[in-house]
Parts: sequence; structure tokens; C-alpha cells
Amino acid sequence: MTLEIVGISVLWLFLYLYVIVASIDFGAGFFNAYSSFVGKQHILTGVIQRYLSPVWEVTNVFFVFFFVGIIGFFPQTAFYYGTTLLVPASLALILLAIRGSYYAFATYGAKINHRGYIYMYGLSGLLLPAALSPVLAMSEGGFIQMENGQPYLDYWALFTSPLMWSIVVLSLTAVLYISAVFLTWYSSKAGDAKATDLMRKYALVWAAPAIITATGIIYELRGHNPEHFARILDLWWVFAVSFLLFAGTVYLIWKKRHYGWAFILLMGQFFTAFFAYGASHYPYLLYPYLTIYDSFTNESMAIALIIAFIAGLCLLLPSLYLLFRLFLFDKDYIEGKSDYHA
Amino acid sequence: MEFQDPAFLSRILTLLTLSFHILYATIGVGVPLMIMIAQWVGIKKKDDHYILLARRWARGFVITVAVGVVTGTAIGLQLSLLWPNFMQLAGNVIALPLFMEVFAFFFEAIFLGIYLYTWDRFEDQRKHFLLLIPVALGAAASSVFITIVNAFMNQPQGFEILNGEMVNVSPLLAMFSPAVPTKVAHVMATAFMTSAFVLASIAALRMLGGSNHIYHKKALFLTMKLGLVFAIATALIGDFSGKYLAEYQPEKLAAAEWHFETEEDAGLVMFGILDGEEVKYAIRIPYALSILAHSNPFAEVTGLNEFPEDERPPLWIHYLFDTMVTIGMWLAFFSFVYVVAAFRNWSFIRTRWFRWLTVAGGPLALIAIEAGWWFTEVGRQPWILRGHMRVSEGATTSGNVDLMIVLFAGLYIILGIGTAVVLTRMYKRNPVEKELAARENAKGGEEE
Repeated sequence: MTLEIVGISVLWLFLYLYVIVASIDFGAGFFNAYSSFVGKQHILTGVIQRYLSPVWEVTNVFFVFFFVGIIGFFPQTAFYYGTTLLVPASLALILLAIRGSYYAFATYGAKINHRGYIYMYGLSGLLLPAALSPVLAMSEGGFIQMENGQPYLDYWALFTSPLMWSIVVLSLTAVLYISAVFLTWYSSKAGDAKATDLMRKYALVWAAPAIITATGIIYELRGHNPEHFARILDLWWVFAVSFLLFAGTVYLIWKKRHYGWAFILLMGQFFTAFFAYGASHYPYLLYPYLTIYDSFTNESMAIALIIAFIAGLCLLLPSLYLLFRLFLFDKDYIEGKSDYHA
Repeated sequence: MEFQDPAFLSRILTLLTLSFHILYATIGVGVPLMIMIAQWVGIKKKDDHYILLARRWARGFVITVAVGVVTGTAIGLQLSLLWPNFMQLAGNVIALPLFMEVFAFFFEAIFLGIYLYTWDRFEDQRKHFLLLIPVALGAAASSVFITIVNAFMNQPQGFEILNGEMVNVSPLLAMFSPAVPTKVAHVMATAFMTSAFVLASIAALRMLGGSNHIYHKKALFLTMKLGLVFAIATALIGDFSGKYLAEYQPEKLAAAEWHFETEEDAGLVMFGILDGEEVKYAIRIPYALSILAHSNPFAEVTGLNEFPEDERPPLWIHYLFDTMVTIGMWLAFFSFVYVVAAFRNWSFIRTRWFRWLTVAGGPLALIAIEAGWWFTEVGRQPWILRGHMRVSEGATTSGNVDLMIVLFAGLYIILGIGTAVVLTRMYKRNPVEKELAARENAKGGEEE
């Protein structure tokens, strides 16, 4: 395994983890706002307060980890993506700020629980994946052009591209689906039958759109980037495994059984699909300008980063375990029997 | 035209984000230590007031941390969005501390979540106290790593440039540039000092508002003592920073001091205005600049005229330097007077005007933080990577920076107002007297 592969695998793994934890966070906010809108208020508010408030900062760090890490391992990405992403990334930052400030201002202490704020918080959860996911489309090439040696983003091409829109739609459906499956499990653990029922329904509603849009993207790629499409076909069996895992999740949710396993299968589904997609994208970071090889940092930096990463993990894994034990696996806490907020 | 120049606009947006973020970052680094000390004193003295003090500070702290996370994410990403050419070059050499900062922050965020949501969950207060140590360590480590990156921009090393690319890179050497010791120490000490004075401001404000509870007196005395300790530390470190500048960045010191000609027995210029190269209406402290630069009143200090004109920082940084130093000196003096008077039981520190001066301490310290960062950043001009890359070469070529400035300015205004509103509302609705009474009742109930 070369250093380049180690680097990109680590980053891809963290991006995967971010997709999962952020989807839970984004989707929960949306469902909360939606139920407030249709009058089924506060079914989810408790869940959001109990699980999301203590961990949202940790969720956010996964994102920071990814973009700091990619600049570290592949400094040239700063030149191509940094220049072209100014507007979409800035919008994403504003949306992240709305979410962060909701936790700060509405759930800690003072509780500004204005309805408008709840809606903004909910809506930001949908707009964020829509703002972030076009980067995946951009990496397929054709949207970033060079002019006088400087990259620029061809907005017209991007916004008229069916590929971009299918990726956006997939990100939305995936967010809602991942979040609904997780919250079904979490509310059933909390013994909250009403919330479980509601979330189970949402999970089933969003399952089909999620898988259909995912398939749609592969179809779109055939026209947009045949090289990438061919590599996806080579990996068809991984996607097949992913589909089986998906079917397993839906079956368990449908039968109202083993919600915990349903969520684990879902994580497997996304893990296989995400890594198969990543592997088929190899070696390009940006078609056709940038591969992981020509954008890679020098060897001494790469080794230093990997050592720092391993040392960091030794620190993080036990801490994360503690965090999850307290807020995810502690029965009393989840059921709301104990409240120890400062 | 400057207002269409992406490099100029990028500087404005970076200035905006950093100026806003640094307020939250400073509190974020300093306050955990204050909470730790209060909780520790409470456990040692078995004094419930200090424990409650820690708890109430923690409640406010979490709100500033949340906003700090948001603005910190913004500046982290803006580094690449606004300075892609710089990051492409520097990423090869200085990515390591940036990467480590993420881990430090990760660590802090995890334990902060645990700490906040586990008050009274443990029988033994000391166990809960232990959870705070990783928070304080993580916060301190984050600031150390970020300051290391800034030190690198001021005094880059650990690489060679060959055909525009960095070769022979040594990530560790790059991390420990000569600027690191003084910079890191200065950032840490001022963060602790500022946090202490901000918390002292709050206590004094409560007392001016008519609350005469012993709780506030304890809070005020504790924070003023801490403020004094860190103000003295800051002054000492400031002296070392002067020597660092004289050795490695003499143009910054010379510009800050309006010291044009290289000369011996150099005096320190405070305030004043500049007419050409002539300094007017200034306070001149003889020999002080030579002492600051070389610990020797007769030493020679390099003047600004030794440097090519297009490599000199702008001269108005003099006022930033003066603001920072004056406030620092004042706060050291003021807290010294308070602490001595408190030990001697002199009554003037309980007068209203003295309380108002205490209230002013927090905002003044924050102004000094701003002035200090503006001084070090503007004082590095025209370089983004001193000696290697100019600011204009590092910037983006994107034409949308102006719009982003408007967007982020709006965001920061909302976040700033939101923080102020939420914090005041939170403490007003639940004043300490009410909370103490509720705790007494709860305890009484248990004993019956």
C-alpha cells in the first residue's frame, strides 16, 4: 500500500463517518421542524435535546478533519477546489452556523424556541447536503475549467447538469433515510413508542427514493464520465452487497424487529457503496486535472501526518467510546430519567 | 482599483472572520482553566459557592464555545477558500500542526459534551472535575497548534525552495520556528488573563446591579487574583517577544516603534503622530527600546530604513502596539491595586467608581487581544509567508469575495447579538440568589 492510498483511505473513512453522523443530525432537525409544522409537536424535541446537543460539536469535527486532512495530504486540492468552491463552501458555512447557533441559543440554557428558528434549523439540514454534495459532481470533471492557468467553476454547466441534480437529490433522500432509521432505533431504546412509530414510518417512506436516486446517479455517470462508469461496473458485486444490506434494513424495519441491527446493516450498506464509489473514482481527485499521485505532499510530511493520525486515534477512540457509552448506550439517560446538564 | 482586487478583499474577509473568532477563541482557551480553578477551590474548601461558580461559568462557556466552533470552522475553511495558493505551498510544510489541532479540538469537544451533561451524575465531585482536565488541555493544545502555524508564517523554516516548490521538508523543524516560544506563551497567558478579567467584569457588574451576595465577592476576588498573575506573566513574556522581534523580525519592531534610523541608546516612542519621519507629541522613554530589544540600554536597534521600501509594514501598527501595551500595563497595575487593597481591607475598592473600572477591565482586555492580533498580522505585511510569498501572491482569483464579505458580516452581527442576548437572558432568569435558595431547599429536603 502506498502512502497516497493510506492517505486517501483515511480521509475517505472520515468522510464516510461524517456522512453518517451528519445525516442523523441534519435529518433529525428536519423531522423536528416538519412535525412542528404539521402539529405533531415535540415528539422529537426530546430526542434531539438528549442525543444531538451533546454530540453535534463532535459531528462537526469530522467535517473539519476531512478538509484539513485533504489539504495536508494533497495540498494541490487547495488550488483547484479552494479557488472554485468559494461560493458553495461559504454558503455551507453559513448553514452550519445556523445549526451551531440553534444548539447554542435554543437548546443550551436560554431556550429561544421561536418557531421560525426551528424551521430555519430544520431547513438548514436539507440545504447543507444540497450545498456540499455538488462537490462530488464537480470532481467528475467538466465543471471546473482553466483560464489563464487559474481554475474557475462553470456555474451554468453545473446547474444544468442532470448528474449534479441527481447527486443533490440522493444526498437529500439519503440524509432523511439514514436519520429516520437511526431515530427509529434511538426512540425505541428510549421506550418512546410514539416517536418510534413516527420514525419507522419515515424510514419506510424514504427507503425507496434513496435507492432509486442512487441507481440514477450510476446511470447519469454513463453519459458524463464513461471512464468512471466502466470502473463502477468492474466493482458491480460490491454494489450488489450494498443492495442486499439495504434490503435487510428495510425488512427489519418493516417487521418491526431488531432496530439496532437494522441501523448496523444500513451503516454497512453505505460503507460498501461509499468505498466502492471511492475506489472507482481512483486515482482521480478531480477529473482530469488531479490524481492522488500528482497532488500528493512530500514523503516526510505524509509520514508525519500518518503518525499523528495514529497517535490521535489512540486518544480519540477511548474518548469516543466513553461519549457513546454515556449518551447512546446509557439506558437511564436515553429514557430521560436523569438530567445532569450544567 | 483596490475594491475589486481579490487579494485586498480576501484580506478584509479574513480580518473580519479572525477579529470575530478571536474573541470566542480567547474565551474558549482561557475560561476552562478558570472553571477548573473554581471547581478545585470549591472541592478543597468544601465551599458550595465556588462549585456553583464553576457551574454557572460552564453554562455560559458552552454558548461561547458553540459560536467559537462555528467561526472556527469558517476560518479553517476560509484559509483554503481565500488563500488557495498559499495553502498549496504551505500545506506541504505546515499541515502537521493544523492536522493535530483538529485532534486536539476533537478531544476537547468530546469531553466538553461529557462534562456539561454529567453534573451531579457522579457521587464524587472530584471525578467530575477530572473530566474538565481534557477540556482545558484540548483547548490549550488547539491554541498552541494554531499559534505554531502563525509563528511559521512569521518565521518560516524547515524547507528549501527549488523552482517554486518546497523540497527537503522537515515538518518538525517547521513546527518549531524561533517565533514559537514567545508567541505561544504570549497567546496562552493573554487568554488566561483576558478570561479572568472578563469574568471579573461580570461579577463587578452584578455587584453594581445591587446584588451584595458573598458569592460575587468570592468570584471577584478569585478572578482579580488570577488576572494579576497572568497580567504579570504577560508583561514578562512581552519583554521576550520584543527580543524575538529584534532578532528575527526587526522591521516589525521598527515599524511599531517608528524607529527609522539604526541607532544606539534607542528610546521607546509612545503615542504621538507622524509628520514625514518626524515624531510629534509623543512620550519618549529614553533607552527603553534598546532594553526591550536587547536587554541593554546602550544596544543598537535596527531602524526601518535598512529595509527596502516595499518590504516595510505600514506605520499605523504603532497605534496597535501602543493600545495593546497600554491596556496590558493598566490591567496589571489595576489588579495589583485591587489585590493589595483587598488584603489590607481598604474600602475604596468597594466604591462604585472602582467597580465601574473593574467592569471596564473585561472589554479592555478584549480590545487588547484585537489590537495584538492586528498588530502581528498587519506587522507581517507585505508577506503572507515572510520572505517567501507575498499576500497578493497567496490570494484567490475568484471574483465573488465581495459578496461573501457581506454575507459573513451579516452572520457575525447576528451571532454576536445572539450571544449577548442569550447570555444576559440566561443569567437574568436564573440569578445566583435564586439558584442558591433552590439548592438549600433541595439539601434540606434530603436531610429530613
